[in-house]
Amino acid sequence: MFTSVDDVSARLAETGYLASPAVATTVFLAARLGKPLLVEGPAGVGKTELAKAVAEVAGARLVRLQCYEGVDEARALYEWNHAKQLLRISAGRGESWDETRDDIFSEEFLLPRPLLTAIRGEEPTVLLIDETDKADVEMEGLLLEVLSDFQVTVPELGTVTATRRPFVVLTSNAGRELSEALRRRCLFLHIGFPEEELERRIVRLKVPGLDETLATSVVRVVGALRAMDLRKLPSVAETIDWARTLLALGADTLDETVVRDTLGVLLKHQDDVLKAAAKLDLDAV
Amino acid sequence: MTAGSDVAARLAGFVAALRAHGVRVGTAETVDAARAVEALGLADRALLREGLAATLLHTTGQRQLFDAVFDLYFPRAVGAPDGEPAGREELRDRLAAALAANDTAVLGRLAVEAVDALGGYGSSPGSGGWSSYQTLERLRPQTLLAQVRDDMRARGGGAGFAGRLLEEEIRRRIEEFRGQVAAEARRRVAERRGRDEIARRAVATTADRVDFLYAGKDRLAELRRTVQPLARKLATRLAARRRRAARGTIDLRRTLRGSLSTGGVPVRPVLRRRRPARPELVLLCDVSGSVAGFSDFTMLLVQALHDQFSKVRVFAFVNRIDEVTGLLTHGVADAEGLSGRIRAEARLTGWHGSSDYGVALGEFAERYGAAVGPRTTVFVLGDARTNMADPNLPALKRIAAQARRVYWLNPEPRAQWGTGDSAAPEYAGLVEMHECRTARQLGALVGRLLPV
Ligand SMILES: Nc1ncnc2c1ncn2[C@@H]1O[C@H](COP(=O)(O)OP(=O)(O)O)[C@@H](O)[C@H]1O
Ligand SMILES: [Mg+2]
Repeated sequence: MFTSVDDVSARLAETGYLASPAVATTVFLAARLGKPLLVEGPAGVGKTELAKAVAEVAGARLVRLQCYEGVDEARALYEWNHAKQLLRISAGRGESWDETRDDIFSEEFLLPRPLLTAIRGEEPTVLLIDETDKADVEMEGLLLEVLSDFQVTVPELGTVTATRRPFVVLTSNAGRELSEALRRRCLFLHIGFPEEELERRIVRLKVPGLDETLATSVVRVVGALRAMDLRKLPSVAETIDWARTLLALGADTLDETVVRDTLGVLLKHQDDVLKAAAKLDLDAV
Repeated sequence: MTAGSDVAARLAGFVAALRAHGVRVGTAETVDAARAVEALGLADRALLREGLAATLLHTTGQRQLFDAVFDLYFPRAVGAPDGEPAGREELRDRLAAALAANDTAVLGRLAVEAVDALGGYGSSPGSGGWSSYQTLERLRPQTLLAQVRDDMRARGGGAGFAGRLLEEEIRRRIEEFRGQVAAEARRRVAERRGRDEIARRAVATTADRVDFLYAGKDRLAELRRTVQPLARKLATRLAARRRRAARGTIDLRRTLRGSLSTGGVPVRPVLRRRRPARPELVLLCDVSGSVAGFSDFTMLLVQALHDQFSKVRVFAFVNRIDEVTGLLTHGVADAEGLSGRIRAEARLTGWHGSSDYGVALGEFAERYGAAVGPRTTVFVLGDARTNMADPNLPALKRIAAQARRVYWLNPEPRAQWGTGDSAAPEYAGLVEMHECRTARQLGALVGRLLPV
């Protein structure tokens, strides 16, 4: 998939994803060792975006399983289309029950969900299991099974084995500790807040109209906020939002008024806003 | 020895050192790590570091430890830097310039040179060594702050709004440089005394395994940042325990009603869903001197878990007791200042400044007895060192009789209970006392003992 770590960085950059050395190295290894990649880190640091970018550079289709509380096998793996089966049964074609049964448990009545879809494909695939920490613990057993053998058994149809293993990316905001067994199946990548230089490049790329000096100031202020003891630190997503806001306001430099008026774009909690304003020496907010 | 087997041996030593610090690395991971080395090569040390981290680690908390051990087993260089060691003044000048330019490569090289020039002590191989403390004491990088700031201002770096961030930014760069000096000193010492030993002894272990009683300011700050993640983890565990506790009893009426469709045969037992009132929690915390770090951390943790309980009340004492629940609810956003505020705003001391468990427990039983009822679980936090005063066992007995449960968490090693002025064995005779030396132990205990 990739010839070197530099190759990973260069090609991801072409799609608009700027990878840190850690990100590029780990993606390269995951492809080389054929192991799933578990990406953990705060919200808004580009975890989901990374999986999309990898799919794009690999010319692979992206299959996404979005996890949430209560996601189950029927949503993740496959489900029988009961309504359609019932119709077929009541339409009766005068054959025996055995024949009907064989028919209604055939491909035509199967609703494949992301995990099965990703395993069955012939074409190159990136399987994104997004926000794994939101799923219940029970879900991890299923994931572990699928990620161990890359095969799935549908009792009525038999076992489906991947002819071509998908490149798997699991993401987690660490809302819940994932089980050790699942972690051990994966290469581990922590994406934290980027270095100043990288974040400046991201801002310049995503908000092209923004003045270079202003971009530098934006990133420095965000860096200062992250060093504070706040309830929720601003992420890359917030940096980009803030930069866009400043551009829309036509601000060409930062000053006290602009920062005070737009701090809410960066900080979501009122007590964080107050605290940051005090530490940045902004007059009453 | 061939290059291949040298690398294999190096990797094996590295993995062993990680294991010695409690990182669980299995055989499969070691094999993956070897494949990573093969795929990445040894030429680029930064890539190698990331590759090994990706294959050997599974959580974020281990990274700092990993980096320190990596620096010993895959050092940036061997031996002393080339050339004559520079003098102190020259080093300071170059350091100031590099800090102003924020040139990380130069800062790294300066750390190497500084340890070489200023950090050596002793002369015989057995007794001498390299000290980061000595290096930093002589170099005093923190005193460059004003100079670097003024220099940057003079060159226009301080202009505009972001100018007010300058000082803080320089401070962070200096902090980073200090870390580089520490790493370099470890590398030099390891060359002299063997890296296996230094990896075991000189690399600080992960914060959650450091004794509360010996944790320094930085470590405590590091620990405070783990409160929220730990609380989330514990909340998951409590929810699971609550689910288990709620299962189990069969609701006969609903089972029979359900069985009507099966001709009265009860095939599906219906489990009773209990919605018991959430339990109440009372914390009694010794916040004096050395145990303060432990108490602060525990208070913050419990506060972060407060929505798991119908009521949480927190009392702090040294030799008088006062309720600090209010300070705590507002204090989470500013965890760092918490202990300061508690000591400033609550009445915790009377005649003298040392802790007195007997008086504090007695005063609690007197004044706040009503806070404890049959749904209340009480946690006492402290080392049970009474400074030779009367431990007032009847007061604790009274509290225990009123409460649902009383647990005592003691940050001292069990072996020290009862030595000197410790009344731990006496108190442990009345209520369940647990050794709770580290954040890791605390997490395990809290996950197990908290009522659901
Ligand atoms: N390294 C990066 N390169 C390009 N864009 C990035 C990068 N990191 C974050 N972003 C941007 O930040 C935003 C949030 O990213 P997202 O993938 O949704 O975060 P996460 O999944 O970690 O919560 C997106 O708009 C994404 O484009
Ligand atoms: Mg996402």
